[in-house]
Amino acid sequence: MRGFAYHAPQSLAEAVQILSREGDGGKVLAGGTDLLIQVKERGFVPRYVVSLRNVPDARAVGFDARRGLRIGAGARLSEVAAHPVVQERYPILVQGASLVGSLQIQNLGTVVGNLCNAAPSADCAPPLVALGASARIVGAGGERTVLLEDFFAGPGRTVLEPGELVAEVLVPAPEGRSGGAYERFTPRQEMDIAVVGVGSVLTLGEGDRCLAARICLGAVAPTPVRATHAERVLIGQELTAERVAAAGAAAAAQARPISDQRGSASYRTRLVEVLTRRTLMAAWQDARG
Amino acid sequence: MAKLVVSFEVNGVATDVLTEPNRSLLEVLRDSLELTGTKEGCGTGDCGACTVLLDGRPVTSCLLLAPEAEGRRVTTVEGLARHGKLHPVQQTFVEQGGLQCGICTPGMIMSAVALLERNPQPSEDEIRYAIAGNLCRCTGYDKIVRAVEAAAGRVRESQGVDAESVEAK
Repeated sequence: MRGFAYHAPQSLAEAVQILSREGDGGKVLAGGTDLLIQVKERGFVPRYVVSLRNVPDARAVGFDARRGLRIGAGARLSEVAAHPVVQERYPILVQGASLVGSLQIQNLGTVVGNLCNAAPSADCAPPLVALGASARIVGAGGERTVLLEDFFAGPGRTVLEPGELVAEVLVPAPEGRSGGAYERFTPRQEMDIAVVGVGSVLTLGEGDRCLAARICLGAVAPTPVRATHAERVLIGQELTAERVAAAGAAAAAQARPISDQRGSASYRTRLVEVLTRRTLMAAWQDARG
Repeated sequence: MAKLVVSFEVNGVATDVLTEPNRSLLEVLRDSLELTGTKEGCGTGDCGACTVLLDGRPVTSCLLLAPEAEGRRVTTVEGLARHGKLHPVQQTFVEQGGLQCGICTPGMIMSAVALLERNPQPSEDEIRYAIAGNLCRCTGYDKIVRAVEAAAGRVRESQGVDAESVEAK
């Protein structure tokens, strides 16, 4: 690996200071499973690296009923997936985080890193967008919070400005009777990248009446995208298998995937329909309790 | 590039290493500490040959910058045998022919050891999931799975014996 300077600040404020003082060519290091591959394989060499390993609470995962779930920038995928609150209240996030790479990668890589790396196929993105999560961003100019659905700018690109980093991801507390599910399609069961991934979250009112629906598609556009047409098919309506199937068709009609080595556009479109339907059925089941 | 000292525990021994910050834990283990049991396969976290335990959990040491191991506990395949006696997983890999060329073996064994520490009674599916991040191009995996099953039996036996001897006291 080519050389770079290495900083391991003791706080987020110090990390921000270093980024602002050192300027261009810096990279924030959390798990490093994407960054080291960029260095080794793609010839991208940062001028300096700012490691979060000494930042207190960077690895914290916490929950309170008012603010919801907080996932620190350093929280490993395996730690988030194994957290009792995440397992109880956010099973859709367990499903996403448990699919990234291998167990070895999940023990190093972070949820926040999975988002910041901004692969269109990132398995944590559809669950968190569907859950209505946002990123708390800190920088020299202060702090701001961005909804995750507005966070991605393209493959490998986010709205982070130079000198900014994501301090944590905030996920609202699930409302009333709600449920969610994430599924992806891959030719192999493990160690693969989603051809299509779909995350769906539903909130029910009386009986099977759908109060809220959020559906996010991965790997069918330069960024994860909401399937808004499909959501509109469901919101305010009585859920039935037919209505869920109609939502799947609406998601497929709205999606504009590309063809690449993982799958053709028409195959991906069909996958969107099937996975939207399946995740909605699972989310519905989950919401009924 | 300024070198820095990394202090961590390797196989139970407090260790200081002087290294450039851009070296991986794998490079430091093999080249500085001469612990060459851990192998480099792909170097990009896909094959699992470089798997070691970091605070008891399996990680690909090729994707961890050495300074990130500061203050952590690292276990390599060299740290498994006790008093000249192989770990049950090592022993059953030998007995069951769970290896051929041997390059994937140390990483495979570390993943299996980590699994059995969490789950001494894994199903075949759980074993296959635990080693999904360890690629083997020789064995076809079947003998590896049998070796891990056999090791699980022995780990349970030894724990059962231990539990009884504790109760007897």
